[in-house]
Amino acid sequence: MRVGLFVPCYIDQFYPQVAIATLELLEKLGCEVVVPRNQTCCGQPMANSGFASMTGGCDRNFAKNFAGFDYIVSPSGSCVLHVKEHNHLLNGQIYELCEFLTDVLHVSSLNARFPHKVGLHQSCHGHRGLRLASMSERNEKPFSKVEQLLNMVSNLEVAIPNRPDECCGFGGTFCVTEEAVSVKMGKDRIREQLDNNVEYIIGGDVSCLMHLEGILRRQASPVKVKHIAEILNAD
Amino acid sequence: MQTDQHVIPHAEAANQFIKNEERTDWHDQTLWFVRQKRDKIAHTIPEWEDLRELGSQIKNHTLSRLDHYLAQFEANAKANGVQVHWAANAQEHNEIVLGLIRKHSPTGIAKMVKSKSMLTEECHMNEYLISQGVDVVDTDLGERIVQFRQEPPSHIVMPAIHLKKADVSDTFHEHLGTEKGNNDPQYLTEAARQHLREKFVAAPIAITGVNFAVAETGGFVVCTNEGNADLGVNLADVHIACMGIEKIIPQQKHLGVFLRLLARSATGQPVTTYSSHFRKPRRKGQEMHIVLVDNGRSTQLGRPDFRNSLKCIRCAACFNTCPVYRRSGGHSYHNAVAGPIGSILAPNLDMRKNADLPFASTLCGSCSNVCPVKIDIHDQLWKWRQVLMAEGLAPASKKVSMQAMATVFSHPAVYRLGGKVGRWTVKNLPFLVNNKLNPWYTQREMPEAPPESFQEWYAKNRKK
Ligand code: SF4
Repeated sequence: MRVGLFVPCYIDQFYPQVAIATLELLEKLGCEVVVPRNQTCCGQPMANSGFASMTGGCDRNFAKNFAGFDYIVSPSGSCVLHVKEHNHLLNGQIYELCEFLTDVLHVSSLNARFPHKVGLHQSCHGHRGLRLASMSERNEKPFSKVEQLLNMVSNLEVAIPNRPDECCGFGGTFCVTEEAVSVKMGKDRIREQLDNNVEYIIGGDVSCLMHLEGILRRQASPVKVKHIAEILNAD
Repeated sequence: MQTDQHVIPHAEAANQFIKNEERTDWHDQTLWFVRQKRDKIAHTIPEWEDLRELGSQIKNHTLSRLDHYLAQFEANAKANGVQVHWAANAQEHNEIVLGLIRKHSPTGIAKMVKSKSMLTEECHMNEYLISQGVDVVDTDLGERIVQFRQEPPSHIVMPAIHLKKADVSDTFHEHLGTEKGNNDPQYLTEAARQHLREKFVAAPIAITGVNFAVAETGGFVVCTNEGNADLGVNLADVHIACMGIEKIIPQQKHLGVFLRLLARSATGQPVTTYSSHFRKPRRKGQEMHIVLVDNGRSTQLGRPDFRNSLKCIRCAACFNTCPVYRRSGGHSYHNAVAGPIGSILAPNLDMRKNADLPFASTLCGSCSNVCPVKIDIHDQLWKWRQVLMAEGLAPASKKVSMQAMATVFSHPAVYRLGGKVGRWTVKNLPFLVNNKLNPWYTQREMPEAPPESFQEWYAKNRKK
């Protein structure tokens, strides 16, 4: 199975370990993974700022680079949702990492071990947009593709915060245009995670984690952030 | 964001609000508590999601034949002996109401009582009537509190939710002469009750809002928890009911769907304490009027991307769930209807003034999923952003930086220029600008640059 790996720009530049973990994990699970060299961005930063009209070139570049793969996979629910909803040029199926593992590869066990207590942050675009888990707003049977995978990791303890799926306040350019609300939302999410005495806050979107990490480091907190791919690939 | 000079943009007002962090926490928790009550009761109804779908479809159908149902409603209301008035905009609405009041109190201070109506807030009716010599008395407790304080409501269901008991005590001390520092809710409510009783008895005219108007019968329903609408209407000689044209539902039986959805979504109650049904004047000599108001609704109906915002039943569940609303307060939205729904309704009324509101969201999608009539609120926020930017309502600098970003992302070779961490994107993505003036940095550290990027690692480790 040929998989095209989409690595969002801020992961490429600041969190290469997340892309490495994703790549290694997919390879371990038997995928032939290719990272197209000329990929850039999904176009979301412009579109969510109200300039979807400017994303034509970006969309074309994305579609060109990811043509001909059986699947396109990315460790970012937010970018995947954007491409799914707004890139009409793309010919091919794009998946967020966790849903690819559960829905396409039907992974039932992992050779992973992470002996720590972690707090799960559910990023909204993956959570509500891609339906990675049941949401607190709806009257529906509980399910979680993310927790399903985390349960396969030995020695891992997962804590769910009191408000299980409240937004962290990143929100793309919102994090700078509405700085006060953004930071307050982030601080509140962190406080609930710390109430559970976690060592790591983990999630499926590096953008949210980058925001939370920025606040944690400013608070000189020993708590670290990690992407789910790093946990699923840990041994 | 460009906005009217008199309007404080949402981000700035929110920043002011959050300066008092303790109060922000209290506001957030109070509203979250209401959201949880809603969850609890919604989750006890096995068919809840079907009910939402049904509510949504009834509204879709009604909006697709709104002209028909409005005409049917008017004919049936008239046959019931009700006088029906049509207002194209807020001003016409206010003039119609004033005309009716003045018919009954031609000179001097005209007395009237009024129960909660967001439509009259939207039309700024109170200010208008007061300027014309009418003694406007809001009889909903929360509304009366904010009226004393000369503030607009901050929430469409709980108008004074931004105030603490001590604030109410101070306000009542000033306006009703209650003991200073007595914060006992029972004591304060009793004082308001005595005060309002006098107003009820003295008022020959009562104004109410309308929650649902039934085309098939010409009747309508007003929901309150305090019974203040009933008390006002039953004591007065004249009842004026003001409604937006989107409040129509086709049949009486549809009320069952909406009444079940409304109170559960709003406050977590199975039903509002009073769901008062009105159909005809209760005795000879009593007058009943209905004012049907457009005020931008038919324009919204004509915008395919935004028309289904008119399905709203004003339950405020989207306010209570919104993490931004809970941390910025209703007044930061500078619109009669705040919160997520206000942010998609307001630009229809005035794009320039409200260009900031669709950006006061992280697009987390919680609103669309609590909404009892399944309005795609967060998608509409996204779509309004596109409309507003196309209308040129962005600062020039924003447009330039977005254009530059779009160009770079279209040209991989340019994107890669600059080698090691220090590429164009990283220095120019709004939240990553490595500059101490970047608002990111005010309360957050920048991410640390690793020794090599992923693409560099990949070239070394995977490429043959
Ligand atoms: S948009 Fe939906 S959730 Fe918000 S007030 Fe209207 S009906 Fe309620």
